[in-house]
Amino acid sequence: MISKRYFAGVAIAAAVAVSLTACAGSNSGTAGSTSSVNAKTAKTATSAKDVGGMDALVKAANAEGQLNVITLPPSWANYGKIIAGFEKKYPKITINSANPDGSSADEVAAAKAQKGQTTAPDVFDIGTAVLQQNLDLVAPYKVANWADIPTDFKDADGKWYYDYTGLMSVGYDSSVIKTAPKKIDDLLGSAYKGKVSIKGDPTQANEAASAVYMAALQSGGSAEDIQQGIDFFGKLKGAGNFQAVTPTQATVASGETPVVIQWSYNNLAWGKAGGASGNANFTTVVFPGTALGSYYNQAINVDAPHPAAARLWEEWIYSPEVQNLYLASGAYPATLTAMQDNKKVDTKVLESVGAAPKDFAQLTADQATKAATLLTSKWAAAIG
Amino acid sequence: MTTVATPLAPADTASGAGANPRRRSVVWLGLVPFAAYVVLFLAIPAILAVGSGFFDNAGAFTFANLAAFANPNILQSFVSSIWISALTALLGAVIGALVCFALLGTRPDGFLRTIVDSASSVLAQFGGVMLAFAFTATIGTQGFITTSLVHLGLADNIFNSFDNKGTWIYQVSGLVIPYLYFQVPLMVLTFMPAMQGLKTTWAEASATLGGSRFTYWTRIGMPILAPAFFGSLILLFANSFSSYATAAALISQGGIIPLAIRQQLTSETVVGVANVAGVLALGMVVVMIVLMTAYSALQRRASRWQR
Repeated sequence: MISKRYFAGVAIAAAVAVSLTACAGSNSGTAGSTSSVNAKTAKTATSAKDVGGMDALVKAANAEGQLNVITLPPSWANYGKIIAGFEKKYPKITINSANPDGSSADEVAAAKAQKGQTTAPDVFDIGTAVLQQNLDLVAPYKVANWADIPTDFKDADGKWYYDYTGLMSVGYDSSVIKTAPKKIDDLLGSAYKGKVSIKGDPTQANEAASAVYMAALQSGGSAEDIQQGIDFFGKLKGAGNFQAVTPTQATVASGETPVVIQWSYNNLAWGKAGGASGNANFTTVVFPGTALGSYYNQAINVDAPHPAAARLWEEWIYSPEVQNLYLASGAYPATLTAMQDNKKVDTKVLESVGAAPKDFAQLTADQATKAATLLTSKWAAAIG
Repeated sequence: MTTVATPLAPADTASGAGANPRRRSVVWLGLVPFAAYVVLFLAIPAILAVGSGFFDNAGAFTFANLAAFANPNILQSFVSSIWISALTALLGAVIGALVCFALLGTRPDGFLRTIVDSASSVLAQFGGVMLAFAFTATIGTQGFITTSLVHLGLADNIFNSFDNKGTWIYQVSGLVIPYLYFQVPLMVLTFMPAMQGLKTTWAEASATLGGSRFTYWTRIGMPILAPAFFGSLILLFANSFSSYATAAALISQGGIIPLAIRQQLTSETVVGVANVAGVLALGMVVVMIVLMTAYSALQRRASRWQR
């Protein structure tokens, strides 16, 4: 009697499992087949011409109906508006935005783990260090206005291309910090006790590491040697001013993290520009002296489940409309100089953000590797 | 999480299944779904994770990643993880046991016991971002208690300037507070059955023979409860040792091993070290093995009287 019951239970469990997998199988099967007709050509296209021009690309992308983006927070460099604008312009395509707060390494991990699945990311907005290690993951593609991107800002084959940079800046809540900081050492003062935070662990997050590099440039160090930046944060910790929590728009709005060192476009987005979810008193300062910038890169996943939509997204990103949206957030877009020349730049926006700095430092790949090595060995001790 | 079953008095009598050989041959079938589940979702992932530590980025076998154990920062993370787990396990176990002791005085089906029981079941699983937020709202910089203290004139208090290193809750030592919030209820859940197993007749027998309350507890109560207590203690340690989400939501600068593993896996600045995470996982497994070995030795000693 008992043994029969066991068998029945196992049999039911097996039947359920089989029917569930059958469902899953048929679902992905149909989803895959709808887009495969145009995907063949779009998958290897290195320009819109390859698929028969912009209209054909739009048609192919519409047939796919989906676009997977990853690690694009809505308040980061105006991505909320950029995504909404794409969906408005191409209403037949739905954007699936995965893991908005993830890192560049998360993008690579998702592309590898979900390879061949319909949920894999189609496009990347990725930091240079991670990208250079994973060049086999990206497909070459050149947007229509490829010539507008300066030569140093792109791979000759079109595997990657800079999209925008911010400047490392200090955002502060003017209702808490009454006198604006004028130099980095001001942050060591008693008014900043328990108030200064950076975007995570520098041995992990590029934006946090950039805060250390900026501190180095501001305190007599250089892109070659960032030890002074680590020393600065050691002093900040010693003064009791370092707040070891990762700030977000919410912590700035609530006042939990009144001073944040991060990219200017994020500081700006969390202030007045953030509207109801921003903090109207949050003010952005870029210190005089050598500023620090760092371009992010656009790239298309070589195994993109929606190859046409991915290419259409890049065309959208480099359209003057989106480049101006980057600019409005305080991020300087890659085609800025070209847009100024052909008068496509939104002059009002450019005035309010301020002209792009003539000169700012950006760590080269070698310098970044060197800095990372130093951070690995020295950071935890300085901040512990 | 490691679950340690701690029978109050292990049944040494032969199990009934042995009586009928025909029945025994199929009885293992009942275990198949669970065993398959454990193999698929615990054993295989664990082996893959630890195994990844022995390969480099190119996929070649290597022992080089083991060098991580010579890195002072990694060692410091292990030390922090171990002390925070040991401290919260010990505090949780002692406080939880006292709560159980107090509950013994209430009616088993009474209102209070039922409330504490169900609250413990919920709170023992109350971790992660929710818990982090609850404590940020209570003792964070803008927390209710912190701001109240500031209003009372304590501009620098224990919560917003602990050890002059900023807000307590965002430091490794600050994890003790939220961790205890789930450790104590877990102790109540796992230890209460053992406490309930204490028979009043034993106390009466001891009293009849002239034993005081003190001798009852030291000679009878505690020896009986010891195996269950140590079992719960190790469960609490593992619970805290493997905790990730609460710490990740509160602390930005690493400091404990699960956060170090995240750093190795997702770093954008120090690239190509993802496989080191595997050897860190191995380190965690080793710590647990050492602990389980010590535990079983302790358990043998603690349950000597049962043999």
